[in-house]
Amino acid sequence: MSPPVVIGAKKMAQSGTLAGGSSLTPANGTKKMTVGELSLLVLSVAMAFLSIFIAAKAYTAAYAFHMYVFAAASVASALAILNRYNKRGAALPAQFIDGKPNYNWGPVKFAGLIAMFWGIAGFLVGVIVASELAWPAVNLDLPWISFGRLRPLHTSAVIFAFGGNVLLATSFYVVQRTCKARIAGDLAPWFVVLGYNLFIVIAGTGYLLGISQGKEYAEPEWYADLWLTVVWVVYLLVFLATIWKRTEPHIYVANWFTLAFIVTIAVLHLGNNATIPVSIFSPKSYILWSGVQDAMIQWWYGHNAVGFFLTAGFLAIMYYFVPKRAERPVYSYRLSIVHFWALIFMYIWAGPHHLHYTALPDWAQTLGMTFSIMLWMPSWGGMINGLMTLSGAWDKLRTDPVLRMLVVSVAFYGMSTFEGPLMSIKVVNSLSHYTDWTVGHVHSGALGWVGYVSFGALYCLIPWVYNRKLYSMKLVNWHFWVSTIGIVLYISAMWVSGILQGLMWRAYNSLGFLEYSFIETVEAMHIFYVIRMLGGLLFLCGALIMAWNLYKTVNSAEAAEASEASPALAPAE
Amino acid sequence: MSIWNKHAIFEKNSIVLIIGVLIMISFGGLIEILPLFYLKSTIEKVEGMRPYTPLELAGRNIYVREGCYTCHSQMIRALRDEVERYGHYSLAAESMYDHPFQWGSKRNGPDLARVGGKYSDAWHRDHLIDPRAVVPGSIMPSYSWLAKTELDSKHIAEDMTVLAMEGVPYTSEMIQKAAVDLKAQANADDTAGSADLAKRYPKATARAASGKTVTEADALIAYLQMLGTLVDFKKFDGKANWR
Repeated sequence: MSPPVVIGAKKMAQSGTLAGGSSLTPANGTKKMTVGELSLLVLSVAMAFLSIFIAAKAYTAAYAFHMYVFAAASVASALAILNRYNKRGAALPAQFIDGKPNYNWGPVKFAGLIAMFWGIAGFLVGVIVASELAWPAVNLDLPWISFGRLRPLHTSAVIFAFGGNVLLATSFYVVQRTCKARIAGDLAPWFVVLGYNLFIVIAGTGYLLGISQGKEYAEPEWYADLWLTVVWVVYLLVFLATIWKRTEPHIYVANWFTLAFIVTIAVLHLGNNATIPVSIFSPKSYILWSGVQDAMIQWWYGHNAVGFFLTAGFLAIMYYFVPKRAERPVYSYRLSIVHFWALIFMYIWAGPHHLHYTALPDWAQTLGMTFSIMLWMPSWGGMINGLMTLSGAWDKLRTDPVLRMLVVSVAFYGMSTFEGPLMSIKVVNSLSHYTDWTVGHVHSGALGWVGYVSFGALYCLIPWVYNRKLYSMKLVNWHFWVSTIGIVLYISAMWVSGILQGLMWRAYNSLGFLEYSFIETVEAMHIFYVIRMLGGLLFLCGALIMAWNLYKTVNSAEAAEASEASPALAPAE
Repeated sequence: MSIWNKHAIFEKNSIVLIIGVLIMISFGGLIEILPLFYLKSTIEKVEGMRPYTPLELAGRNIYVREGCYTCHSQMIRALRDEVERYGHYSLAAESMYDHPFQWGSKRNGPDLARVGGKYSDAWHRDHLIDPRAVVPGSIMPSYSWLAKTELDSKHIAEDMTVLAMEGVPYTSEMIQKAAVDLKAQANADDTAGSADLAKRYPKATARAASGKTVTEADALIAYLQMLGTLVDFKKFDGKANWR
């Protein structure tokens, strides 16, 4: 690996968190650079030189391009630090103003809005890849938009770019509110959101240019992984340091889930991306693991990207935004405790259900299946805790489309966490594996659960942090129904095509021969692929309606009433 | 309320909470992953497995680069219809030198674990350039550019060095002769070179040259044509490997 990058990166991680902690404001009011500003400035310049050096000797043009992107980002970072220093006053922002925490919404706003942008980009690429499967001519014979390169772009854009930024925005919001403290660090939170999005740009452009390590949901190559590791460590430190500053005795339940998400994703990321680069001048690396062990580690990672990124992280959203929006306390404190520990304990075992009847030893497959089925219980425990929070406020479903979106997301969560254990049963899996049923299952979770809980959270969050009233509830209603029809079309098309193809593969004729050739089963899928594409298109339209609504909200002149800004949360007691 | 009060320690101390999380998530991972590295039954004993030749490795890297695994599995499950459609179910040993594994998770196209030798090189070439010319109902993208792009194999010996560090049995001779072997396999007219290649890599077959330069399509086809061909199933005793 490249020692200079590693050392530089670690320093950056440390300095990032120091930035806020060491607010060296001299009493006489003369302006001085903080340790954080100075060291991040130096590191940015060093990083720029290092990137240009690597670019000059890069093995491939695509890698050189990426190094220039790093260089440009480093220069931009240095200029931004200088510019910010010139414009800011002598003192750093106060922690409290009139006894109230001086919340820092800047990084929240950035992550929230860019999540919307990446969401639309990711949904659009989804519609394109769906079209490519229905009509292969859409590939246009171009390398960079061929299905094999766009499919990782779609999955990464929706999971890591859209989902990741939603998680950054909501976790930074929730941790400040529930700790009644300004987020730790001055530059550090900005480093996290901007650094994370730099990772997204590197990963996404890499897929188009053919840079991939060929592991599902972990396609970015070693240098992107290394950069993400740095960002992630700073993310953890900012989050922790904010918790340490809290003025509340207890850490709120949402923050438990966020912490579990950050820590576990770090472990999974390191385990599944243990690679040796061919050279620091080459984008290519080879993963340490091979064959059956690599398969097991990949799906230990892959399924827990679902379990901790797409579930624990978004459950944190559920535990804050549903009670807040419904103006009811969380249904059961004890259930949250059981939910939390049972969920994180059981999820981590579920990976082998992706490898039924393969060359993975049977004992591992059976363990994976067993825990996947047991996982149904904590999942539904969480769903019940979310839904029952509405007790006494069910009427709001009729009047508040944002709350309806949040609640329907929890219902979808319940549905896909029932379907998942079902599909993990070996006999069911023998039919469903390798077919569209899996794709449909993923999307009922991704569109219904992750999508809707994110939309609901952003509909709350953006007006709160901009102190505006949401532009139009009517448009939220439209968004809800257009997307819901889209989801229903999508998942029902995939159920039919998946089960149909699975049955066709194993069909025998009366003479005991296989009934269908493979290509016949592909041809039978066409109509379902068209319906799926239409479903995806409706979902994209819903997101466009939302983007317009948020745009008008942010740009409206009208400030929200004061009441919306103060949350009434019951402490986890 | 008594026992629930004990939970307060996790709610008041973030470090204790993190340690709790780390302990809870370590069970599943450790119990499912670690034994795979030392239980002898994980990878059965077979004859015939060898590392990829330089040309096959370069082809495999193109397979990875293009994301072929998003539509093609390389894992025949031990189910009657799969064995009849694709051949003997895949053995763990058959992917023991695969960094990364490419078992895949979705079959938009057929499984490729034993595609080697099923079709001619010419068929593969036509199929990559225009899949629908040979399979009318195919939904595969056209990969016409692969046949037009010269293979970048300058650094293939470095690739093999890294793989050797990770346990793939590449000898220093194999690494030294990487460039020679790569050229020899792409040109069947070079009979001396082919013989030399087959000595280092049993069962490796040289392919007819497609033009003056070695293209990415040549490498990919060399890879596809060896998939699933290394283990001789006439000699493989499944019962001796019961696990």
